[in-house]
Amino acid sequence: MTDAKDERRPAGELEASVMAVLWAAGAPRTPGQVQMGLGAGLARTTVTTILTRLHDKGVVERRRQGRGYAYYPVQDAHGLTARRMHVELDRDTDRETVLARFVAQLNPDDERILRDLLEPGER
Amino acid sequence: MTALLILPLLLPFAVPALARRTLDRLLPVTALWVITLCALVLGGCSLAALGAFVLTGLLELPVFAALGELVQPLPGASDLVVLPAAAVSVGTLAVCAGTLGRAALREFRAFRSARTEAGRRPAAGDLCVVDSPHPDAYALPGRPHRIVVTTAMLRSLDAAEREALFAHERAHNRGGHHYFLAVAELAAHCHPALRPVRGTIRLAVERAADEAAAAAVGDRRLTARAIARAALAGQDARSVRPEFASAATSGPVPHRVKALLSAPRAPRRATAWIAVLLLACTTASFAASATGMLDVHHRVEVAQGEAR
Repeated sequence: MTDAKDERRPAGELEASVMAVLWAAGAPRTPGQVQMGLGAGLARTTVTTILTRLHDKGVVERRRQGRGYAYYPVQDAHGLTARRMHVELDRDTDRETVLARFVAQLNPDDERILRDLLEPGER
Repeated sequence: MTALLILPLLLPFAVPALARRTLDRLLPVTALWVITLCALVLGGCSLAALGAFVLTGLLELPVFAALGELVQPLPGASDLVVLPAAAVSVGTLAVCAGTLGRAALREFRAFRSARTEAGRRPAAGDLCVVDSPHPDAYALPGRPHRIVVTTAMLRSLDAAEREALFAHERAHNRGGHHYFLAVAELAAHCHPALRPVRGTIRLAVERAADEAAAAAVGDRRLTARAIARAALAGQDARSVRPEFASAATSGPVPHRVKALLSAPRAPRRATAWIAVLLLACTTASFAASATGMLDVHHRVEVAQGEAR
């Protein structure tokens, strides 16, 4: 993935990637740490811009850390709705919904095959 | 001529095997279109055939014959065949209508909750994070499209794998894959033989999104790893509350991972015949039910004394 390719991606996708890093971290992150978490694709200034924009939108909070800010995601009303719906979906045990889900049920055989397939690329 | 209406009821039994092979041989996106279209037509044709049986059966009854302004009984039909066929058809159609209605209601609810959710202002691009210890991710159709991912899923993948996951979900939304899944649902309730085809369409949808994701991140191996890791993470979380282990056959996830790890295959002309066979099956079903219906229509007109 080249710098140029990453810089050209739609702003929405970049925001999504930055949010993913913050959520995955589970603790406040500085722009520098977010940039590292993204895998060297974006300039530091771009990351800072995105974080500021997300803060303006109210989806991340920030607190002073050293000379800059550390950012962390907030569980807003929007997130709560999503959570409610998620619980709703989870109750639907047969999962015959039109929502395409990323993870399917695995049986023990699948699990073994997957671990075997992952093995060479893992380490 | 009744035989023509039996054909649309029998042909779907040949389809699951053909559909599965079509998916193996064609590009996933092409296969998805072909299989979904065939399932839709075959499901519709079998319903139409059942409807024709019911109609001819009803017209044997004096009440309906009077209602249909028949001056003589329907030609070319013996009561021995027509009435049992009609009775069975009515039963089958009732069961179909019942399960179809239930499925449609469920789909509608899923869509509605998706739309209320998507109606809100976008938080961070199209991403919607749910704080949950269970790894899960799905595409949410609607305007605007969303991708929903749990924190547990985000944490079980590294940055590059997350990008592959997002690309996969975006491909679902961009490709309008929920329409294909809805058709698969409907077809499965139209004819029992189309049930396995629903599974094939679901797999085709995932394969299409996998290929799109691999193209977007430019790395097939990475995409394969993301899928495998996400599936295994889901498994680890689930083992806390064990569920029934399904049959010992290999499921869809290893199939997807293997397909990504192998080099992309261009469809070869020699292997495309399976798709041609599938389309031929569908065309035959359509032609048979259309001819059968026209025949019924003609016989009704004869019985009404309007034609001979």
